[in-house]
Amino acid sequence: MWLGVAGFGAVIAAQAYAILTSPAERDMGHLQKIMYVHVPAAWMTFLAFFVVLVFSVRYLWRRNENDDLLAAAAAEVGATFNGLTLLLGMIWGRPAWGVWWVWDARLTSTLVLFLIFVGYLALRALVDDADQRARWSAAVGAIGAINVPIVYMSVTWWRTLHQPPSSAATLDPAYTLGLRLNAIALLVLMIYFIKKRYDIARLERSVEHMAEAAAMRGT
Amino acid sequence: MELRAKVGFNSVASLGVTILVLLGLALGPDTDALRNAAVGAVWLAALFSGVLAFNRSFQVELESGALEPLLQYPGPRWTLLAGKLLGNLIFLTLMVGILVIVGVVLFGVRIPADWPSLLGVLALGIVGLVVMGTFYASMASRSRAREVLLPLLLFPMLVPVLLAATAASKALLGADLMHEAGAWIQLLAAYDLVFLIATFLAFEHVIEA
Repeated sequence: MWLGVAGFGAVIAAQAYAILTSPAERDMGHLQKIMYVHVPAAWMTFLAFFVVLVFSVRYLWRRNENDDLLAAAAAEVGATFNGLTLLLGMIWGRPAWGVWWVWDARLTSTLVLFLIFVGYLALRALVDDADQRARWSAAVGAIGAINVPIVYMSVTWWRTLHQPPSSAATLDPAYTLGLRLNAIALLVLMIYFIKKRYDIARLERSVEHMAEAAAMRGT
Repeated sequence: MELRAKVGFNSVASLGVTILVLLGLALGPDTDALRNAAVGAVWLAALFSGVLAFNRSFQVELESGALEPLLQYPGPRWTLLAGKLLGNLIFLTLMVGILVIVGVVLFGVRIPADWPSLLGVLALGIVGLVVMGTFYASMASRSRAREVLLPLLLFPMLVPVLLAATAASKALLGADLMHEAGAWIQLLAAYDLVFLIATFLAFEHVIEA
């Protein structure tokens, strides 16, 4: 519970600091401030996917059910942060670029990543046998994660081979502290979300175990 | 089994051609627009009809209940995957061959001088499609809602194949002024190798009933 309080508190504090202290950007004005949630959310997405990879492989190696539950919790939270990243990117893009969507390398890759996450979650929803669900999710999660850098690379080539790459704006030092604070705050929050989801999954699983045991005994 | 495979092939290939025709109708009738859309249309038709082929490749064992006895045979599991891969490879190669011919005709594609390289791109793309399609179908075909689960799992994973195959093909059909086809071909080859190994390693975990 204290982790949750700390997480939410940190996010509020970091957001307040960043919004109040960062100057209006030269071209974008105060629209730039969306970055303080959008960029950390993107970083958290990658971190979550990395957790999915690690615990998927660990499950296949050790067949410990808890590894599967943790991977699934990380996937759900990661997909949420992924959706948030995309949504905020679009909200920023409408006034900045004039359109809701561009087939820009990063936005497109992040959308494909989101679809990979969604496929993983759909698989889990559609398989009833717990053991099969765990094995299949772990394989799909691990192989999905391997593809993430390949997807990013191919989409970036797709965008840049025909036109010069858009210059990655180097961040003015006035913004970096706010960004880092928000990244840490969002990290605490994500750990809290994953832990809560994992705890719920453990409880659900133990209920299933008890039901199975009762069925075995014929009660 | 052979005969059933032929029946399956006719209907899946017909679907692929139908999809091509629909794409032509939706994207045309301007001939330049169609020529530009040709590569994408052929690959999309291959993807959508390929999904049916992959699910079917596991369906025979599913229907006859032959999967469990097969699994009880001693011997490495990967031989099962190898067999399925080979079958799907032949199926998809024949199907994509038909789609390419129909696509060239319907979309007014001009065959370039360097068409052997184009065949190479097609081959590498088909391998990627088959490796991933077979692997995901080994699970999706045994789940609920297999018709939607296989594309949902497979298509995002095939994005690099789709991008590389279409980009390289377009470059080769044009003049490839920036020599980008080579880079895309390398990406395709790397993708195929990485996932051939990864799916072989993962297969024994997913094939158990």
